[in-house]
Amino acid sequence: MRGGRRDRVPGFWLMRIVGFRAITAIPLILLVSFIIFALESLVPGNPAETILGQNATPQNVAALDRQLGLNKPLLVGFWNWLDGVLHGHLGTSVISGESVGTLLSARLPVTLSLVVLSVIVSAIVGTALGLASARRGGWVGRLLDVVSLTGLALPSFWVGTMLVAVFAVKIRIFPATGYEAFGQSPTGWIVHLILPVAALSLLGVASVAKQSRDAILSALEADYIAMLRGNGMSEREIMFKHVLRNAAMPIVTVLGVVAIGTLGGTVFVESVFVLPGLGSLATQSTVDHDLPVILGIGLYFTIIVVVINLLVDITYGLLNPRAKTT
Amino acid sequence: MSVATPAVLENEADAAASVSAVAPKGILRTIVTSKRGASALVYLVLIFLACELAGVLTSGGPNVQNLLAVNQGPSIHHLLGTDELGRDLLTRILYGGRSSLVGIAEALGALLIISIPLGVIAGYVGGLTDRIITRGADLVMSIPVIIILLAVLAIFGHSMTTAMIAFGVLGSAGVTRVVRSAALAARSEAFIDAAKVIGVRRTDIIFRHVLPQCRGVIVVQAALFAAIALGVQTGLTFLSLGPAPPAPTWGGMVADAVSQFYVAPWQLVPSGVVIALTVIAFGVLGDVVRDAIADSHSAGVAGGRHRVRRRPDSPRAGAAPEGALLAATGLSVAVGADSAQTFLIKEVSLHVGFGEALGIVGESGSGKSITMKAIAGLLPAGVAVTEGAVWFEGTELTTGGADAYRSVRGRGVSIVTQEPMRALDPSYRVGRLLADLVRSLDGCTRAQARECAIELLGRVQILDPEDVAQRYPHEISGGMAQRVAIAMALAGKPRLLIADEPTTALDVTVQAEILDLLRRLQQDTGMALILVSHDLGVVSEICDRVCVMYAGEVVEVAQASELFDQPMHPYTRALMSANPGSWQGGQLSTIPGMVPSPQDWPVGCHFAPRCGYATDACVREPIILRQVTATDQARCVRAEVLSAELSRTPTEVRQ
Repeated sequence: MRGGRRDRVPGFWLMRIVGFRAITAIPLILLVSFIIFALESLVPGNPAETILGQNATPQNVAALDRQLGLNKPLLVGFWNWLDGVLHGHLGTSVISGESVGTLLSARLPVTLSLVVLSVIVSAIVGTALGLASARRGGWVGRLLDVVSLTGLALPSFWVGTMLVAVFAVKIRIFPATGYEAFGQSPTGWIVHLILPVAALSLLGVASVAKQSRDAILSALEADYIAMLRGNGMSEREIMFKHVLRNAAMPIVTVLGVVAIGTLGGTVFVESVFVLPGLGSLATQSTVDHDLPVILGIGLYFTIIVVVINLLVDITYGLLNPRAKTT
Repeated sequence: MSVATPAVLENEADAAASVSAVAPKGILRTIVTSKRGASALVYLVLIFLACELAGVLTSGGPNVQNLLAVNQGPSIHHLLGTDELGRDLLTRILYGGRSSLVGIAEALGALLIISIPLGVIAGYVGGLTDRIITRGADLVMSIPVIIILLAVLAIFGHSMTTAMIAFGVLGSAGVTRVVRSAALAARSEAFIDAAKVIGVRRTDIIFRHVLPQCRGVIVVQAALFAAIALGVQTGLTFLSLGPAPPAPTWGGMVADAVSQFYVAPWQLVPSGVVIALTVIAFGVLGDVVRDAIADSHSAGVAGGRHRVRRRPDSPRAGAAPEGALLAATGLSVAVGADSAQTFLIKEVSLHVGFGEALGIVGESGSGKSITMKAIAGLLPAGVAVTEGAVWFEGTELTTGGADAYRSVRGRGVSIVTQEPMRALDPSYRVGRLLADLVRSLDGCTRAQARECAIELLGRVQILDPEDVAQRYPHEISGGMAQRVAIAMALAGKPRLLIADEPTTALDVTVQAEILDLLRRLQQDTGMALILVSHDLGVVSEICDRVCVMYAGEVVEVAQASELFDQPMHPYTRALMSANPGSWQGGQLSTIPGMVPSPQDWPVGCHFAPRCGYATDACVREPIILRQVTATDQARCVRAEVLSAELSRTPTEVRQ
């Protein structure tokens, strides 16, 4: 991609976008971890007691206090945690005693696979549906309305359960639960992810379809489309080179929102399909009151959100010549 | 299910546009009068009442077990069946609904308490305050909400209330931004400025003017947020992170049903359906209000997606007029469904000969642009030709479907639209845009097309075509953009170029250059030209013949030379005397009144209400366009009498 006419440094816009996102990421990460940290101090009574339950010995409570940094003032505890993070130590799990960093790194690929595949499915299926409905209207439009209504209304955990019921129990073509790493078996990986991705991407497909239909319809009304059509450009070229190109910005915007929503959705879907990812770990840690792990997952999720926003910004830059030159 | 707060944000840009659309009292009426809105509201009220009255409506509590009737389907005793402990599912749904509805209320409360004041302040005060609030909101919107909720639940011992309030607080960031946009738009509305000048206090302006204006947007956001909050609440209870087990919750019921799935699959239905219906009801409520807001803004020409159809009995208007390159015969264009059609132009007939230049003049609203769009087959969705025909070189275009137009566009008829800055696709460099069009028309190679594009840019007298070809549309001036647009229209070497107000959006000096260019191109290539303008002066400079339109009708067609010496229609005369460029014979005047909108067209002569010469004969019945002299036509019963009179004295128009 060449830089703009007045922009003599090729790729300068890219560095600017990455730089901006990197700088805004710092307060965001601080904010998220500080919120979780501060919540601990808001708890009525002693969090360590809450975590360990009523049968805990005072020694256990004191030990946990030390581990969580609760025996120190809030800011000192926060600083110690941050210092650890900067040195690659995310603390240890209260329950298993494992290093949080190791625990999360093992589970990250599962969640990333889910999110990336769901976003791809949302983008392709959603845009295709939106395009079909914008061009045909009629029954395709009505079908789309039904799909988006169900997609928006039915909770992913309910849809997931139904998918298991039909495809894993009744006709047994996909495994009901579990996961295989891509490195071990690419087919096993995809087979285990098909149902979870279907459940997780339904909302994304619906959102993208709705947004892309509106974006395509409004792009079709543009003067420059009338100019191209009126001066003899083929409909096919108009649709794919000009309408879709100009509808792409709002579609990318909604894809960013969908990606972040999908990340949150993994918490529910991973539990339904018993996938060993960050989401199911987050649920388990909540039940166990395992705060260091929740804090670590908060950090991971925030970084993923920052990366998603960065990708959206870069795509904007690639799509819009103005973003590069001004 | 989305746990992303920004999902609420779907249409921040709309918020700004939507202000003032729904009158303060109109929101409830908007919901109730639409079928979808009313059913959604009725459903929500019913489910709320049913949950509140659960104790009265059902016998026994939600946790009464009956081990003799476990996992039953629907029956008279248990309308929705029972679960694995023989508990009545209907009872559990009603009791469980309470916690869901309370959860929504808690989240909504927190959301509104934070977002309304912050949004209004940011939008109304502006400046640094606005920047701080907006930046803060942006930051909060990027927080992974679900993790914070899980942390809250872990720390506060599964307290759903705390979690839902936290959800409302985090969600308020997105809504704050939407409210801010609405408040910003409300502030800039004229009457609020007026209120400021009169000296109304700030708080009064906020409470009496800004807040009521934002109400529609707030309702939309609240409804959509409620739908999401319900999703989150049921999701968390599904993961058993909410109230402890025997307590009924909708999400918990789904989880229970999952465990009984192999024995009693039916159990998934009641909880799933009630969750889905409630989410849909909130979503529909938000959509109805939003659609109402959007409609009141776009309620103009485009009448929604109604299909306008050609009348089956409509005359296809015989054969092509002899010797014409392009002709429209009896062309009518309408908007709206069959029963409620409104004509935008009515029985327009005009033609242009080979190499001829025809001018079309009229005020805004006279229908000249719609006529051109109809001729070029570029009418917007919802607007269509209902009668008449368009002939190009003997082929009828309006009934031939897309194929008929495809064969003539570019090579036969080409167009230049009104706004040069909007005529070029902003995503492509000018040269690429032109080259693509050339390739699409000729099927030549990429290199040939590029060469061709540069040559075209040279033909529209762009001095440095190589440089301009490298630029994006936003990097060139309006005049330059219009030249590029004309180059696009020349790409297929057309026999007719339609230019729709090509100079209206340009500076006066540039206007002359563009007109000069059009005239020169026409002379060089021998192509015919239709020039649409509201400016008689512009038309008189270039055109051989002039067609004057008023309120959807052709009122006069004449040779350009004769039109100016001897106008036959009072409207033509009024246009001339209102034009500073072309009239020297007396005081410059304006035409009193306005062009009536299509639904207000009079039965008789459309111009009669504004005409100083109107008689009883003018208003009784429709006036036809008739041949007055050998070359000229007029739609005026008094044309002969008036043409003599009009050419002597400046027009007298009724004051």
